[in-house]
Amino acid sequence: MPEQPGRSAIDVRGVRKVFGTGESQVAALDTVSVSIRENEFFTLLGPSGCGKTTLLRLIAGFDFPSAGEILLHGQDIASLPPFKRPVNTVFQSYALFPHMTVAENIGFGLEMLGKPKAEIKARVAEMLKLVKMEALSGRRTSQISGGQQQRVALARALAPQPKVLLLDEPLSALDYKLRKEMQIELKRLQHETGITFIFVTHDQEEALTMSDRIAVMSSGKILQVGTPWDIYDKPAERFVADFIGESNFLTAAIADIGNGKARATLKSGATIEATVAEGFQPKDNATVVVRPEHAKLTSGKGDLSGTVENIVYFGTDTHIHVRLDSSEAFTVRQQNTRSAGCGFERGDKVGISIGNDAAQVLRD
Amino acid sequence: MAKRPFDIQAQPGFGFMALLTFFALYLPIAALVTYSFNTADSLSRWDGVSLRWFISAWHNSAVQDASVRSLVLAVSAAALSTIAATMAALATTRTRPYPGLTFKYAFINQPLMVPEIVTGVALLIVFSRIKVWTGYSGLGYLIAAHTAFCIPFAYLPIRARLDSMDLTLERAAADLYATPWKAFRFVTLPLLRPAIIAGFMLAFVISLDDVVITEFVKSGGQDTLPTYMLGQLRRETSPEINAIATVFLALSVVLVTAFYFVNRRKP
Amino acid sequence: MASAEEVAKEAERRDIRDRWLLSAPALIIIFLAATGPLLIVVIYSFLTPGPYGGVVWKFSTDGWLSVLMQRDIFDDTLAFADAHLSIFWRSISLSFYTTVLTLFFGFPTAYFIATRPPKTREVWVFLVTIPFWTNLLIRTFAMQQVIRNEGLVNTALMALGIIKQPLQIMNTDAAILLGMIYIYLPLMVLPIYASMEKLDFRLVEAGYDLYAGRWQVLRRIIFPLIKPGVIAGSILVFIPSLGAYVIPRVLGGGKNMMLGNLIELQFGAGRNWPLGAAISITLMVLVMIALLFYVRNASGSEGAHG
Ligand SMILES: Nc1ncnc2c1ncn2[C@@H]1O[C@H](COP(=O)(O)OP(=O)(O)O)[C@@H](O)[C@H]1O
Ligand SMILES: [Mg+2]
Repeated sequence: MPEQPGRSAIDVRGVRKVFGTGESQVAALDTVSVSIRENEFFTLLGPSGCGKTTLLRLIAGFDFPSAGEILLHGQDIASLPPFKRPVNTVFQSYALFPHMTVAENIGFGLEMLGKPKAEIKARVAEMLKLVKMEALSGRRTSQISGGQQQRVALARALAPQPKVLLLDEPLSALDYKLRKEMQIELKRLQHETGITFIFVTHDQEEALTMSDRIAVMSSGKILQVGTPWDIYDKPAERFVADFIGESNFLTAAIADIGNGKARATLKSGATIEATVAEGFQPKDNATVVVRPEHAKLTSGKGDLSGTVENIVYFGTDTHIHVRLDSSEAFTVRQQNTRSAGCGFERGDKVGISIGNDAAQVLRD
Repeated sequence: MAKRPFDIQAQPGFGFMALLTFFALYLPIAALVTYSFNTADSLSRWDGVSLRWFISAWHNSAVQDASVRSLVLAVSAAALSTIAATMAALATTRTRPYPGLTFKYAFINQPLMVPEIVTGVALLIVFSRIKVWTGYSGLGYLIAAHTAFCIPFAYLPIRARLDSMDLTLERAAADLYATPWKAFRFVTLPLLRPAIIAGFMLAFVISLDDVVITEFVKSGGQDTLPTYMLGQLRRETSPEINAIATVFLALSVVLVTAFYFVNRRKP
Repeated sequence: MASAEEVAKEAERRDIRDRWLLSAPALIIIFLAATGPLLIVVIYSFLTPGPYGGVVWKFSTDGWLSVLMQRDIFDDTLAFADAHLSIFWRSISLSFYTTVLTLFFGFPTAYFIATRPPKTREVWVFLVTIPFWTNLLIRTFAMQQVIRNEGLVNTALMALGIIKQPLQIMNTDAAILLGMIYIYLPLMVLPIYASMEKLDFRLVEAGYDLYAGRWQVLRRIIFPLIKPGVIAGSILVFIPSLGAYVIPRVLGGGKNMMLGNLIELQFGAGRNWPLGAAISITLMVLVMIALLFYVRNASGSEGAHG
């Protein structure tokens, strides 16, 4: 889908970032291009060290790209120092000023912009209300809890009404329950303010639940950009499928490619219909991915057959590990019911049926 | 006798040696202070307690002169060296290595490596020439010399503080539209203030304590309190010197204590 | 428009330039009032003494020759200058003894402080810090109060009837040694304490667990682990001892000179500035050698740790 020009908040075009020189050179970003639309909750998802922070820092202006350009509403911002970019950051460590109160922290950006005192005061009050911190406005930032610091950092970055808000793993320091709360809170704030959020995380669940669109990154490259549904159900590459959710990978012969679909013949001889990843280069053998919950275990014959190796109970569901006759491993996830067990035992000969819409042919 | 449990940390005799050391550290100071309250004319006799020599020192115009000069010198040198050291610390921390960085470290710490007596004669050689050429023989030379050897001391705490402070807070300020100057003024400087105060106090104490370099640099009639005392020690000493030393000592203790608390307070 | 790469390069250039500008005041002051003059001392050591002090601008190596040699007035032959040699020897040996003895007292003291509970530990450290920051001249003078003929020691010993005549301690090498130990002791205690504070006593427990006795634990476990502190302390004591000037002047009287006093003599009554300059440089070289020794040992022992 081609982007409409002018509708994107941030355009990253062919950006490279290289650290070090000579032998020890590392490309933290390896020719990255991506368009982030206005008012969208956009997530950069990838394992630690893949270049997420580096990309955010380039957008914020804390560092310079080695090549390529970054546009904000269509304008090149290369020559703008951070303090002239209408972009604000929520830092991973929050970076609250320890010598200022909560209110002073929130008002700092407006003060620097030279806004009148009355306006700053009103805006700070508004922000305090938005993040529900009115009661603690006079506190030092060292005297409030981690979750509260998080809220102050958010309010501080939102107060100057930036065009784009950058959030670098803002929830990673919070405990599980607080993190869940803040996820909802962040979605609400994004909705209420209408500001474009670029959110960084290495937590796939967080990315899936919060984002309008996700970019999956690995080793300085963006592998796939899409809605959570796209990313989960139609992973383009093995890395994406592996990083997000659990996956079964099968080798298959591919034929009759067309209209985004193909016929895949598995090693067991069964042929299934599968969707094909965007950018797939036609070839004879490819990897097909099937999510564990999209396959069904049967005691009769299925598309695949094998032996139950292990059964792991998870409360809501049960994972059944099967060794296929082709010696590949395959896991099936089965919803639990209260009345009975999973109905299989270790050593059982079983069949696995894969639905027509369950398999995706990967690019690599 | 009941058996004592085995103490992992104990070493035989160490406690005794340590207490002996502390005793030895404070015995001379106690003697000095005690004799300053002596009423007698000379240190050879003890005639009972009085404040006679404190009063006498207070009214001694040479002592007054030297004290004022010491203070003026210490304040000027501490202020100048703290400013220079703060700037240098900002220039040498929180950066990737760049050409000249190691040179700067070495150069700034150079005064620490050279025996005071050598710096003293070196300055004597140079400044005596300049005094002849320019005809100026004021306090400027002493201020310059003191500022130079105070810089590494003022630099120490400021650099340490900056090293433990990453650039994230300044980045946050820049992100919130603070220009580099405003970021320095409203974020860096307030956070650095305890270290700058500590650096100033260190420099002040170091300047106040100096005898050797001052002795070689000073022009006639430019005695500081330490060089005045050194001159007096050549002669038969009277308890007046003890009185001066006691006051000086008290001042040092106050300064060290203050320094200790400034340094301990977390920003 | 500038390419991304040029923008980055330009920013880095500007940053480095700003950093030079920022450090300029400190560098210039130190050059003018510390480092620069040292270079001139080198030049002066190769000139001819002026009749009333100062120099005559005529090249001569006599200053350097007279550091250790003496020209006979009558037959112009060279011989070792005993007076200078004995001063060199006094400086080096007294500095060495000072280092050893401060270590002897400083090590147990640092150990003692490090094994106190954290609250009281601060107080003990503070007690070491106070003399450390007290004026050197005053502390030298304080030592004089203890050892002079009518001082604390002699008064006490005579009152107890142990001696009849006061012990002559002032104006001897022993007085200088006592003064230097007293003055430089905190410089030994503090760095050893700094290493000791980081010592993990679980290692000591492991030592005892493996059948080491107290002495073996001290020698085989504690001492090697705090060696960097011991080396740092030793160098911090040795170097200023070598250059001592005030202590020998006040406690050693006129005769028991150390290098610092010899240098001063040449710039004062001796009126031989080139010789004074040459001795100054010699002293600096001795200090540099000690520092090099330190750098080599310090980096070596750190490597053994990491
Ligand atoms: N200032 C730097 N100097 C050298 N290498 C860096 C620097 N910053 C980041 N890197 C390297 O770039 C890569 C990407 O880092 P980063 O963007 O922080 O990853 P992420 O935020 O995804 O965990 C890593 O390999 C990291 O080591
Ligand atoms: Mg990161």
